[in-house]
Amino acid sequence: MRLLKPIITINTLILGMVSTPLFAQQSAVNMTAGVTGISNTVYNLHMTILYICIAIAVIVFGIMFWSLYQHRKSKGAVAAKFHESTTVEIIWTAIPIVILIGMAIPSTQALILMEDTTEADITIQITGSQWKWHYRYFDHDLEFYSRSTTSQAEINNEIEKQPHYLKEVDNPLVLPINKKVRFLITADDVIHSWWVPAFAVKKDANPGFINEAWTKIDTPGTYRGQCAELCGKDHGFMPIVVTALEPEAFDGWLAQAQVTAKQQLQAEQQSLTQTMDMPTMMSLGEEVYNRTCTACHQASGQGIPGAFPALKNSPVALGDVNKHINIVLHGVPGTAMAAFAKQLTKKELAAVITYERNAWGNNTGDIVQPSQIDAALTGNNQ
Amino acid sequence: MSEIELKDNADQPILDVPAIKTFTDHHSAPHGYKRWLFSTNHKDIGSLYLWFSLTMFFIGGAMAMIIRAELFQPGLQLIEPNFFNQMTTSHGLIMVFGAVMPAFVGLANWMLPLMIGAPDMALPRMNNWSFWILPFAFSLLLLSLFTEGGGPNFGWTFYPPLSTQFSPDSTAMFVFSVHLMGISSIMGAINVIVTILNMRAPGMTLMKMPMFVWTWLITAFLLIAVMPVLAGAVTMILTDKYFGTSFFDAAGGGDPVLFQHIFWFFGHPEVYIMILPSFGIISAIIPTFARKQLFGYHSMVYATASIAILSFTVWAHHMFTVGLPLAAELFFMYCTMLISVPTGVKIFNWVSTLWRGSITFEVPMLFSLAFIVLFTIGGFSGLMLAITPADFQYHDTYFVVAHFHYVLVTGAVFSIMAAAYYWLPKWTGYMFNENLGKWHFWCSLISVNILFFPMHFLGLAGMPRRIPDYALQFADINKIVSIGGFMFGLSQLIFVAVVIMAVRGGKKAPAKPWEGAEGLEWTVPSPAPYHTFDTPPEVK
Repeated sequence: MRLLKPIITINTLILGMVSTPLFAQQSAVNMTAGVTGISNTVYNLHMTILYICIAIAVIVFGIMFWSLYQHRKSKGAVAAKFHESTTVEIIWTAIPIVILIGMAIPSTQALILMEDTTEADITIQITGSQWKWHYRYFDHDLEFYSRSTTSQAEINNEIEKQPHYLKEVDNPLVLPINKKVRFLITADDVIHSWWVPAFAVKKDANPGFINEAWTKIDTPGTYRGQCAELCGKDHGFMPIVVTALEPEAFDGWLAQAQVTAKQQLQAEQQSLTQTMDMPTMMSLGEEVYNRTCTACHQASGQGIPGAFPALKNSPVALGDVNKHINIVLHGVPGTAMAAFAKQLTKKELAAVITYERNAWGNNTGDIVQPSQIDAALTGNNQ
Repeated sequence: MSEIELKDNADQPILDVPAIKTFTDHHSAPHGYKRWLFSTNHKDIGSLYLWFSLTMFFIGGAMAMIIRAELFQPGLQLIEPNFFNQMTTSHGLIMVFGAVMPAFVGLANWMLPLMIGAPDMALPRMNNWSFWILPFAFSLLLLSLFTEGGGPNFGWTFYPPLSTQFSPDSTAMFVFSVHLMGISSIMGAINVIVTILNMRAPGMTLMKMPMFVWTWLITAFLLIAVMPVLAGAVTMILTDKYFGTSFFDAAGGGDPVLFQHIFWFFGHPEVYIMILPSFGIISAIIPTFARKQLFGYHSMVYATASIAILSFTVWAHHMFTVGLPLAAELFFMYCTMLISVPTGVKIFNWVSTLWRGSITFEVPMLFSLAFIVLFTIGGFSGLMLAITPADFQYHDTYFVVAHFHYVLVTGAVFSIMAAAYYWLPKWTGYMFNENLGKWHFWCSLISVNILFFPMHFLGLAGMPRRIPDYALQFADINKIVSIGGFMFGLSQLIFVAVVIMAVRGGKKAPAKPWEGAEGLEWTVPSPAPYHTFDTPPEVK
């Protein structure tokens, strides 16, 4: 530690000069110092070790290049005969060990701090699924999905890309600042990894298991990250956006969000009593389909042969409607077909199934009603 | 080549008479395709391995060009995300198992018997088989790209459930192809061990063996230890996907993280399998062109053995974000940091060997010097990645991509290039075109750094790996990286030209084309006759 102190001091000095205005936000070439105590610690650790590596590199490469220049044959150098020295070997084994111990001490301290998820003020359950995030506020009866809002047209270079291209979502995770937030992280299908660089939090979301992480944000703002573990075709299109608010503003947001959620639930109940007509269901269904299903089954309904089955002219879309409903609600275990029962409202589910049964020349003429979905979910359809 | 002086004794091999036998007077003399298909000759099989490796290097390289072309600018331009994933997966598998490993086995085949004074590998028939499995293995892998649903798209690390429940139908082809590669590697490793332990010339004790022989001996033990683990991992993937088992499926009582433990228990020694023979090559070339004995032969041997042993205790540093307990994270952090000690010993030894030498800069030396500097840079980023709290930020970003390409491309591949230039006169009997070789070196050196160095910045700035499209803040650096990639790819065509020219003719190479070279391989004529060391040489 004593050995490291001068380096850390110099490091802090240099950082003090360059970091504040320049590196406060994400740098284009370096790790962000972030907006939490931990992320600052990690950043300082990173810079310290980088400087140590640079110092070693300068010394070793310096000696090497000096030797290459000075001891070249064209300059008349004659080879010396020395070799083997136990003393030298011991010295260059011992010095690195001392340096490594110097690195290990602050790293251990930081790690112990990072793994301490106790005494959290608020707990969020984060669930990854192909290719979106789901957030659930423990003890607050609030949960929602968070999906990318970058349009296919932007991705395909048909229109100009927005500034937050691929790093924007419909419902950001909203968190209070200055509170210890605990994350419980899991996944529905494959392994994902929840990463927000500004918090220095990256934790894998493993299906069937729950991981823990925590953060305590210092500054209000919007922080962006994305899935960090290869999770299939649209791994690159699974952004994370966190909005950090002052605690009072957060409480206000939470209350409002709960009211909105309740209203949606009522609208859902109401929809069960309604009988929808074909044009309404087709237009809503198309919208839901394009948002939810096209990644695999494609806008044309033709799927990707060998990977994702076609819906156009498929036995499912043309056959028994209850079987079709069942697949959409509960997914197909052992395949990429997810269970959509909790991801969409009953009206949306009815609409998208109606759409699948009537688009692309499927023309079954079936209109699936929200009440049918409700019946299927509560087991009353037999 | 003018600066190379030929000593009078350089052309006097220990066994000039038996060595110059042509192959017609020994067994039969198959010609045409039969010579290669049925070959049991270590030199022919070595050449087959090397040509195969070069072919795979270009196939894997073409995939890298596709990846870099797609990443040249934000948005999806050329390929679909699913195909992009197939390219990253196949690129990784082909470069690791098809390019780097067979190149080392090819070098082992050619050089081990020549270095230890043996007439051939100990198990020549198995040697033939180890090679001829490979074209089938890689045909299977490459053909899977053309099946309905495409080839492997789950990354070369094939983490379940992505590689089981969510993988394409061709996964069985991938599994069997990996099985075949594993069988080939294990047989190759057995052959190396048996040859080194039993067929050394009289007087060549273990501690007199050239470093390349030592590093390959240790590598072969690593291969035998871990390739069966890989075979187990892919078999469990196979049964999970097709036969209803649940090794890695939580819903059936399994654990997807278990797979990662098994895979990296193979995977980490695997990365040392791809670098230890490099250490041997560099330890042969640096003393030759510094005209000075390797500084610490004994400590080099011990350092190699330490690295090999430690390589079994660090696997979980690939998994720091997977949710390990604190104690495990600390243990794997300390062990990983510790590996930099023996690795440092190697670097210091090479620099000390250079010190007060009489240094010249032929092409093999240039590649070796670049290896020392650039591999060390890869070592530094490796040390940074070992620091668990910082790894949470680095993990699965382009920082990692930069790191392992520094150790594998400017490390392993540069050492293979160095070895090829170093021994090419021995293999072909002709000196290669020094000028073209230097062009190859300088173009590769410059482009490889344009290609991989800015990747560090991308990763630190927050770009994850394995994504086909990226946020706008990464656009500029990705463009530079792609340009570097195309330049590096094109530069390798110069290498092919140099090799083909050297095979076809040129200035006749003497038995010992490098003034400062030591070792039995330089006592036989160039090109090395079909059969060498029928009578073992005496080593004093």
